[in-house]
Amino acid sequence: MAERYSSFAPGGTAWLLQRITAAFLVVVLAFHFFQLHFVNHAYEVTFLGTQARMQNVGYFLTMVLFLIAGAFHGVNGVYNALVNQGLDGTPKKVVLAVLVIAGGALIVQGIYVALAMAGWT
Amino acid sequence: MSQSYNRGLIEDFGRWKEFKAGMWAWIFHKFTGWMLIGYLFTHIAVLSTSIGAASGDPAMIQAETDVYTTTLQGLEDLFIIRVLEVGLLAVAVFHILNGLRLLMVDLGIGLEAQDKSFYASLILTGVITVASVPTFLSGVGI
Repeated sequence: MAERYSSFAPGGTAWLLQRITAAFLVVVLAFHFFQLHFVNHAYEVTFLGTQARMQNVGYFLTMVLFLIAGAFHGVNGVYNALVNQGLDGTPKKVVLAVLVIAGGALIVQGIYVALAMAGWT
Repeated sequence: MSQSYNRGLIEDFGRWKEFKAGMWAWIFHKFTGWMLIGYLFTHIAVLSTSIGAASGDPAMIQAETDVYTTTLQGLEDLFIIRVLEVGLLAVAVFHILNGLRLLMVDLGIGLEAQDKSFYASLILTGVITVASVPTFLSGVGI
């Protein structure tokens, strides 16, 4: 009855999302490094400077999306690496749960940090 | 219909002497990926000092003596941090370049040159890293 007609096998969505986030991260990670090491030097970073950047809504949203894409890509990558390594059964479920919680916590904390930087807390 | 098969355990690192370019690319990509996600957790932890700065005395923010500014600048004063930053750049650049290579492989573009594009990723990573050293070491004493 509930037959799937998608061309993706179960797990295919994560595979696709890993590639989509990769394409996004390639651009934004390069921008991030360039912005905070070459345009602005990391040793000159101040709260005032960070706040000025973060109060630009476009920059703020890019950084939040960067965080979410990075957290997903990284945590999903770690999970896939462990599955390739032979992780299976109950340990696989436990590891998935731990990674989902850790990734979710990273995103929540990161968004809170971004809001604090912008002065919107 | 997709098909899957049990290909067994791929990572038999004991056979590293038999590994070819594609296998090394895969291992390097995995290794740099582990480092990057580890760094992301650390990065957000350090940047969390902004929460304390934002809820603290606004005068300290203006005077640039708030906990966020002093923490980041204190870290940047350490030579070892600068060296680690160069290492992080190398790791990130390789992961980006090899990631582009993997996207090409996924799209079936240039498969016959996948070994050459791995070597190109390595060389380009080395060049970009070396070229970035002066920027990363500016304004710090050993």
